[in-house]
Amino acid sequence: MTEALSTPTDPADHPVPPTAPGADLFSKFDALIAEREALLDTGVRDPFGVVMEKVLSPTLAIVRGKETILLGTYNYMGMTFDPDVIEAGKQALDEFGSGTTGSRVLNGTYQGHKECEEALKDFYGTAHAMVFSTGYQANLGLMSTIAGKEDYIILDADSHASIYDGCALGNAQIVRFRHNNVEDLEKRLKRLPAEGGRLVVLEGVYSMLGDIAPLKEMVEVSKRHGAMVAVDEAHGMGFFGANGRGVFEEAGVEDQVDFVVGTFSKSVGTVGGFIVSNHPKFEVLRLVCRPYVFTASLPPSVVATAATSIRKLKYAGNKRAHLWENSKRMHQGLRDLGFTLATPEAQSAIIAILLPDQDVTVRMWQALLEAGVYVNMARPPATPAGMYLLRCSLCADHTSEQVGDILAMFESAGKAIGYLS
Amino acid sequence: MTDREETFARVAQLIAPFDKKGVALAEGTTFAGDLEWDSLTVMDFVAAIEDEFDILITMNMQAEIETVGQLVDAVEQLRNDG
Repeated sequence: MTEALSTPTDPADHPVPPTAPGADLFSKFDALIAEREALLDTGVRDPFGVVMEKVLSPTLAIVRGKETILLGTYNYMGMTFDPDVIEAGKQALDEFGSGTTGSRVLNGTYQGHKECEEALKDFYGTAHAMVFSTGYQANLGLMSTIAGKEDYIILDADSHASIYDGCALGNAQIVRFRHNNVEDLEKRLKRLPAEGGRLVVLEGVYSMLGDIAPLKEMVEVSKRHGAMVAVDEAHGMGFFGANGRGVFEEAGVEDQVDFVVGTFSKSVGTVGGFIVSNHPKFEVLRLVCRPYVFTASLPPSVVATAATSIRKLKYAGNKRAHLWENSKRMHQGLRDLGFTLATPEAQSAIIAILLPDQDVTVRMWQALLEAGVYVNMARPPATPAGMYLLRCSLCADHTSEQVGDILAMFESAGKAIGYLS
Repeated sequence: MTDREETFARVAQLIAPFDKKGVALAEGTTFAGDLEWDSLTVMDFVAAIEDEFDILITMNMQAEIETVGQLVDAVEQLRNDG
């Protein structure tokens, strides 16, 4: 498989249609193409071209024939191979087929979609739940629909691309505040005109650096200034709070948050997105939200696996405790080795290592992969303030032995490339 | 100095810490082309302008502002509206 992917093809097999000179629309990407070629010409492996040939478990895969510990997935709660989850998916595939071939508002709502929404309502204790085809689309839908031209969306500068893209799709006035800065948020709320609605958009966990938001303070300030509040718990669901609802649960602001946005592609272990809310008019969004209406709904097997996983996550207190142990031990271990980390202590299941430049970052990434551990490499523009990061994300299924092995591999890789002395 | 000249001078002061190239500022100096600012620099700079003049410059307005002169005009207008 991988050999076939890397075999060069004969250009004569794929003729390119003629283009007028100077009119190639791809020209705008020439700088990026050149930068990428220069990097790969140094002989390093492509950090954005890894292929998982086999997946053995939530924490192990085969990459280029080598058994590799996965430390760069969003599989925080290790649900992807849960036997009940797999069984539910197989049964739905048998009984409802491979896909719905339609929109949620036409032929694409099956029994499974409603059961998945029921599971979410039960998990979050809310009156309403709306399932989207991805988490990206859930944010796209909320931002573009709920705030009109006269309204204001106030968002954290480090917000996820799906939040920014949702704002770009809609017509609202967009105001940014400095990342996680309560005072900066309040200053901007005070400057808003009296007219127009207000939506403050926050995230429980910011995924690049793994830092969490001071939600108690931010939600209080937002409510005091008459704003509705949406919290994206993509990276907090499953892990934070007594019921695993997210950082907003742990912060004790559940009764103050108007919308919680989330995804099935992280702790839930499949794909899909959702919004939950107690607003009495919430259901109207199903009619007016374009990223909900104008796309096909999730396949029956996906909503069945999601619903089963969500029901189990509620009672996964032991897994949450073990994930915290893993995260704290990894954070301490990396600091002891001499790495610079993005947060002073472990704040989430994401631990980001700050490295000086692309060269060191890619070499470290490759040395780790060759030693047998996969981490994410992140670079601008995905990262804040132009940072180069190696992002490690822990899983509740990482054993204590694996965490020890990972730390040993970080030490040997860091020394091999001359970054650690 | 007129009000506008004073606003221009204050804007220029706030540009200085972000102006790594030492560009001579004029009405027509562009942020993307002449100053070569990326989106992160723009974010920090806009926050500084907002706090200096106690105004909000929405991302919608930012998309329309390309030159220093346009920014000074926008700041003047926002202060008068407030």
